[in-house]
Amino acid sequence: MSAQVHNLPLGKQVIEPVQKFFQRDQVFDFLVPQHHPLLDTRHKILLYLEGVSVSFDGFKAIDDLNLYIEEGELRCIIGPNGAGKTTMMDIITGKTKPDNGQVWLGSNINLLEMDEAQIANAGVGRKFQKPTVFEFLSVWENLELAMAGPRGPWQVFLSKLTGEQKDDIERVLSIIGLSDQLALSAGSLSHGQKQWLEIGMLLMQRPKLLLVDEPVAGMTHQEMDRTAELLTSLAGQHSVVVVEHDMDFVRSIANKVSVLHQGHILAEGSMSEVQNNAKVKEVYLGE
Amino acid sequence: MSTSIRRCFFILMLCIGLVSLPSRAQISNVVEVEQSLVGKDYALKSEAIVWLAQSGDDNARFVFEKLMQGNVYFHKKTKQIVYASKVEKGASLPFLFSDETIVVNKKRDFKKVGVNNQLRSELRTQLASLDLYSDDASTRFDAAKNLLSNASLEHQALIQDVIKQESDAKVRDVLALALAIIDLRGSDEGAQRAAIERISDSKRPEALQALNLAKQELSDPELLILIDKSIADYQASQKRYAMVETLYFGLSLGSVLVLAGIGLAITFGVMGVINMAHGELIMLGAYTTYVLQQLMPNNLGASLLISIPIAFMVSAIVGIIIERLVIRHLYNRPLETLLATFGISLILQQAVRSVFSPLNRSVATPEFMSGMFEVNPMLSLTNSRLYILLFCMIVFVLLVLILKKTALGLQVRAVSQNREMAKAMGVRSERVDAMTFGLGSGIAGVAGVALSQLTNVGPNMGQAYIIDSFMVVVFGGVGNLWGTLVAGLSLGIFNKMLEPWVGAVLSKILVLVFIILFIQKRPRGLFPQKGRAVES
Amino acid sequence: MLNILRQDRGGKILLAILMIAIVLVPFLNLALPSEHPLHVQTYTVTLMGKYLCYALLALAVDLVWGFLGILSLGHAAFFALGGYAMGMYLMRQIGSRGVYGDPVLPDFMVFLNWQELPWFWQGFDQFWFAALMVVLIPGLLAFVFGYFAFRSRVSGVYLSIITQAMTYALLLSFFRNEMGFGGNNGLTDFKDILGYSLQSDQTRIALFVASCAALIGGYLICRAIVASRLGRLSVAIRDAESRTRFIGYRVDTVKLWIFVISAMLAGVAGALYVPQVGIINPGEFAPINSIEVVVWVALGGRATLFGAVAGAVIVNYAKSWFTVELPEVWLFFLGALFVLSTLYLPKGIVGLVKSKSSTMTSNSKDEESTAQISEAKA
Repeated sequence: MSAQVHNLPLGKQVIEPVQKFFQRDQVFDFLVPQHHPLLDTRHKILLYLEGVSVSFDGFKAIDDLNLYIEEGELRCIIGPNGAGKTTMMDIITGKTKPDNGQVWLGSNINLLEMDEAQIANAGVGRKFQKPTVFEFLSVWENLELAMAGPRGPWQVFLSKLTGEQKDDIERVLSIIGLSDQLALSAGSLSHGQKQWLEIGMLLMQRPKLLLVDEPVAGMTHQEMDRTAELLTSLAGQHSVVVVEHDMDFVRSIANKVSVLHQGHILAEGSMSEVQNNAKVKEVYLGE
Repeated sequence: MSTSIRRCFFILMLCIGLVSLPSRAQISNVVEVEQSLVGKDYALKSEAIVWLAQSGDDNARFVFEKLMQGNVYFHKKTKQIVYASKVEKGASLPFLFSDETIVVNKKRDFKKVGVNNQLRSELRTQLASLDLYSDDASTRFDAAKNLLSNASLEHQALIQDVIKQESDAKVRDVLALALAIIDLRGSDEGAQRAAIERISDSKRPEALQALNLAKQELSDPELLILIDKSIADYQASQKRYAMVETLYFGLSLGSVLVLAGIGLAITFGVMGVINMAHGELIMLGAYTTYVLQQLMPNNLGASLLISIPIAFMVSAIVGIIIERLVIRHLYNRPLETLLATFGISLILQQAVRSVFSPLNRSVATPEFMSGMFEVNPMLSLTNSRLYILLFCMIVFVLLVLILKKTALGLQVRAVSQNREMAKAMGVRSERVDAMTFGLGSGIAGVAGVALSQLTNVGPNMGQAYIIDSFMVVVFGGVGNLWGTLVAGLSLGIFNKMLEPWVGAVLSKILVLVFIILFIQKRPRGLFPQKGRAVES
Repeated sequence: MLNILRQDRGGKILLAILMIAIVLVPFLNLALPSEHPLHVQTYTVTLMGKYLCYALLALAVDLVWGFLGILSLGHAAFFALGGYAMGMYLMRQIGSRGVYGDPVLPDFMVFLNWQELPWFWQGFDQFWFAALMVVLIPGLLAFVFGYFAFRSRVSGVYLSIITQAMTYALLLSFFRNEMGFGGNNGLTDFKDILGYSLQSDQTRIALFVASCAALIGGYLICRAIVASRLGRLSVAIRDAESRTRFIGYRVDTVKLWIFVISAMLAGVAGALYVPQVGIINPGEFAPINSIEVVVWVALGGRATLFGAVAGAVIVNYAKSWFTVELPEVWLFFLGALFVLSTLYLPKGIVGLVKSKSSTMTSNSKDEESTAQISEAKA
């Protein structure tokens, strides 16, 4: 876009934006709602990471990482501490820019050219390792804000919940089991409930890809089972990437596991394949 | 001893010269001098002065000075010469040539001894030659400088004689310039050429004057070209030294900024605490200097040296009190810390105002720090600023050493990077917090000692520095002492470079705007800390 | 319209008080003879008008600090810029009644030997133009400043410090005679506004009423923002900025627009302040002024809006009292206020009152909000 502008004669460079500004059959650019762009997944692959590297002060957190997530897949990523799992999520969601490599959503959306908000609106949702919800807002309001919809300040100012949207929120509330707590402030929820609320917020966003960082940390066994159930039910319509330390949990949900070690993929396959992999054994057990 | 031998030699020479002068009368004793001074014949007076100078009379200088000042009178009838700044009835006036005095009966009886311009010039020359043989180098220097403004052929012999024996390089320089100027005024073209070369080597302002003057007087086109070139050379080196001077001013301002900011670099950079009372801790250091100076007014140097540790202690203790009472409760709430410490700064300001009055106090500068250090005639550096630059470097190095080499430094760095982990390793993090804050505050106090030498000490001085200090720390990159150093010095230089173009206030504004824009571009400063930990 | 005041008892009380003041104060001043015990002196009216301007400024700060977490230490600059815009209009109104009697040039320009009016003084003889500038200039500065600052994610303490640097730079600039705003002395000796003498009681009352109205309007605007989803989004940004970003909101845009609105409100406050105090000078830019506003808000109660208003009035009343009775003690008091309110009153006076009343009526808030949400669902 900007390259084109430079080639135009000066007069046009000035006039066109002005004309565009006064062209009031359209709204301003910044007021245009950001819809999911048309996603091209003809190759059945939703997320491509190719040759991604990033280093902090000489330390290679991610080193030539290649990862492909298929549509509707549920993928677990395991790895020892410092393997680069969180950094990988940071790169996908635009928080960290890699030094090298390509990150694409589908085969036509280059995530490296977008900021966090654009990536989120393109259909990538993320749950943090430490549950982050809006503590001063109620559970209901948390979900309301996360709901897919207008994102510009003016539209947000004007927007009112439609009946449909209220139903949607209630549906998610019942999925995450917080229907009775809808008016409580999120800060007063228990740790497990906050995790659930955050997953609920992800659902409200209607993402194509869910990145879930340690979803069961601090949960009871009961809660863990429900989380496992929920995540498996999500797979199919969404692609889900779960980073987790708890092997029992991973075993209970995963059909495909990737092992991340020192910033790149060490092994990939089903849980039993991975467990029998010699390299993985070496890393985990030091054999 | 050598002076008198020199003088005899010179007198001999002059006497040979004098023979050729047209003279109507000879003066051979003091009485004749007196008689001729009272008279109206200025040529005779001039001769009298020359004779007096050559006579080696100890009184000569005194007589010349009084004559120059126009404070010499004579009694109309007795022709006795007296000196007085004013003749009043009843006053007793001392004789110029003896130790006696005379009482004034009538004002009318006395008349001023006439001195005309020519005579004054003669007096000046004689005084100069007297001074040029002085044993005191600075007297000789002043006399030589005096010569520059009215150097003429008649001084040539004198100067050539003096310069041979002159031991002081500075005086020799000036005398050589004087000789060159005399040559330039002469008529020998070869000598003039050489003179121009010699003049353009000099860095004294009189050299430029002489060249400009010669440019008007001379008509030889070749010489004029040479002079133009010399003037250009002179101005180029003038510019060069002006640059050096600006750089020095910049470094000096920079060292002040570093001193003011470095304590903040610790409390803000290492601990993450916003201390808006930092400026007031500087102020406390400055007031400590003031108080100590009042306590020992006869020993400025010692009081200043003692002030350094005491100001450190005062500010450090106040800092620790602030940390224990207020900041401790506000960790992880930086904005609240900012407000609370701002409140503290108001309290400290008002406290100082109530105790010491709202007026500014001036702190005297000890002898060894005042004056200038003259590198050459175009460049002289203020001593006090030189000392502060040096002091700043010492403080900086000490601070780096404390943080890198001592146990406290290790603990400070540990706590600042991972408080929980440090605690688990047995570091008493609360104590470390207090010590760190004390250290940063103490450094602020030390900075106050330095600043008291540059500006007046007053209740508002803290506010003047707080914004600058924050700018330096943020610009350099938080948590990085070297960043603070580089930022402080470069901002100082940048500021002083702009000053000749836009003036002091606007250059300060421009620096602020520059930093605001810079932070937009690089929010983490010049030398940012990297890594994932920073983001969270 | 009244929807936004539902749930906002403090706001309702505040608006009611202001409405009453609009009617009652003019009556007590103009209609009652000066011997009457209930007569309100014009001096008092002007003083109250001044407090109202401060209250509007506090409201503006609370909007960005309370709800967005932007601790602006530069709001006094927006206030002063609004004040200068108004001051320029009032200056032009003096006309040839100045000391030097120049029909166009203000006195200080004649004094500085300026030959003609600088370009940026053009148009300020028109009230509508000045009124427009009162909001546009602070708004523009806030826009430019905020655009760069928020886009590059300068936040928290860093933002506070650079807003303070901005104010400081403006302070230094306005001190310069070359800037063309009267330098050290600022703008003063105003004669009249819209043709009415500034000395007359009626004009003073009118200014008071205008301040009341501006505060009501400002409150409604802030409340409308806060009660909307945008307000909830602001709180979300305040508490978990990056989470909001990962949900897909452009945090910088939201911050920018609210910051601009807040700056405009501050500008209006400044514009109403200047004709009432009769002078505007660079001292208004002093960094301490901006920080003082923050403490009004902190004392009153952050993120409550009406708390900010209450804080502004209380602190300024205290200031008036102290500077007359115990001028030495004022800064001690203000300093202690800063320390104590951050240490012991994190929720301000409003929080204190609320916790007192809620312990008496137990958990009524939760019930209330549950009721509200079920209402919203219905």
